[in-house]
Amino acid sequence: MAIIDPGHAARQLVYERIFRSATFCAAILVLVILGGVAVSLVRGAWPALQMFGPGFVIHEVWNPVTGKFGALGPMYGTIVTSAIAMLLAVPTGFGIALFLTELCPSWLKRPIGIAIELLAAVPSIIFGIWGLFVLAPVLQRHTQPWLIEHVGSLPFVGALFRGPPFGIGILTAGIVLAIMVLPFIAATMRDVFETVPAMLKESGYGLGATTWEVIWHVVVPHSRVGMVGGVMLGLGRALGETMAVTFVIGNAHRISASLLAPGSTISSAIANEFTEADGELYTSSLIALGLLLFLITFTVIALAQWMLRRLERQGRGGA
Amino acid sequence: MSRRRIRKSYNVMFLALSVLATLAGLLCLAAILWTLVTHGVAGLSTQVFTQMTPPPGASGGLLNAIYGSAVMTLIGILIGSPIGLLAGTYLSEYGRSSLLSAVIRFINDVLLSAPSIIIGLFIYELLVVRMGHFSALAGAVALAVIAIPVTLRTTEDMLNLVPAGMKDASAALGAYPWRTVLSVVYPAARSGIVTGLLLAVARISGETAPLLFTALNNQFWSRDLNGPMANLPVVIFQFALSPYGNWQELAWAGALLITVTILLLSIAARLLLSLFQGQRGGR
Repeated sequence: MAIIDPGHAARQLVYERIFRSATFCAAILVLVILGGVAVSLVRGAWPALQMFGPGFVIHEVWNPVTGKFGALGPMYGTIVTSAIAMLLAVPTGFGIALFLTELCPSWLKRPIGIAIELLAAVPSIIFGIWGLFVLAPVLQRHTQPWLIEHVGSLPFVGALFRGPPFGIGILTAGIVLAIMVLPFIAATMRDVFETVPAMLKESGYGLGATTWEVIWHVVVPHSRVGMVGGVMLGLGRALGETMAVTFVIGNAHRISASLLAPGSTISSAIANEFTEADGELYTSSLIALGLLLFLITFTVIALAQWMLRRLERQGRGGA
Repeated sequence: MSRRRIRKSYNVMFLALSVLATLAGLLCLAAILWTLVTHGVAGLSTQVFTQMTPPPGASGGLLNAIYGSAVMTLIGILIGSPIGLLAGTYLSEYGRSSLLSAVIRFINDVLLSAPSIIIGLFIYELLVVRMGHFSALAGAVALAVIAIPVTLRTTEDMLNLVPAGMKDASAALGAYPWRTVLSVVYPAARSGIVTGLLLAVARISGETAPLLFTALNNQFWSRDLNGPMANLPVVIFQFALSPYGNWQELAWAGALLITVTILLLSIAARLLLSLFQGQRGGR
């Protein structure tokens, strides 16, 4: 072969073009998928959106027999279960992240970190089946009767804890969700706390601050954006989680004042009813629910990503 | 109480709460694994691997579901991971700092945590409605869509760890970028890429929601990719929610199988990753 072979160079260039276009197309496909999701959801939801208009979002009735569908019940369930999950998981995740970054002896750091990450890898259906067979009976026998007796009689707050102890319901779903998103929140917060420069913390200790004071006045303000980002990432997961919730929520389309009553979330309604839905309007209404969920979670996750990215840029600028 | 004492007691109180939170988290993990193992082992027998899913009350196993899960996961990975790999290559090697890459990275991270049931609805509209019936193929495509963001993310991260000097050396020898990527970058990042693959398999083999209305379920042995196919997650879902004792037992056995598989995959991925980072960091 000659040292300069024009055919060889030309072939190389062709291969280069092919390879480059292949990688480019694959990358563009990511955008196409998101676009495809949006378009197909809107198309599938179209009959329901035409029929019910914006009223779909504010009506509670969900009646396949009369063909009336409103998303308020599942939306309420989605938001309330996620709120309960956040209420429980955020402080706990914060505690775990603090323990891992500030308190934990270094030989324990890796095992606990790995355990938390393994908890994150457990598929959500496992949380669901555990919630149904283990957590729900315990709640029904012990926690819920106690709540009904002691908290249920209080004014205002009491309304949230009245009625029979079903075991399954909004509260149980919220607790299962909390356990499920806990590892995500803990892991993100830990990563965020680790970006705090040691110099800042040492300065705090140098002034005589206690560990908690350094955490509260130095670590937390410094990692505020990242913490919120991590929490919202967890929220995005909680809002869209299907299997962990479907097992334990009881699938009822009404809104009850009590957290102990069965309810439904957007994803549990879709999972439970989709294959049984007969008629275009029913299926289309379920897809419209999916569209709503898509819009809500997309907004939350996009905001979370934007915040985490801002933190990353900050970190790089500061380094 | 002196101010110093108050500050000290606050400190002790909050640190104790933090330890408590960690214990609570670990306790949850232990409780879940414990029930899974006790219930799962009770339901486990050789029948599980040799017989089909039974009707209520009869004895049977999970063979068709295990087969279906394996097939759909395999096809999902075969479709999804090359796309993720190529897209990750583009972001890392060609368009590292372009605006388009930033947008793709952002959208990919959104897809990474998007609810999987939405992906199921998307594939339902895209394939099931057009084909007119549920099929294993649609299930596999749904899993592929979920696998893409996972492989893309890890591939990009891993390729970025390959030292620029190696790529420059290859370019200096006259190699075009494609040659450099195939002969230098991929081999150097091999264990990192395999990590991404394992993580993607772990992620999709436990997915239930996207299979509910794509692959559906099938009580019988089926190798027809064009028809509904049994799969472990959906079988677990149906059997666990049923009132039949033998179905619930099988659901636990299936749950144990899935979890053990996924935990092993995740641990393997972590080991490979630390190996890879050790290599790269040691330079």
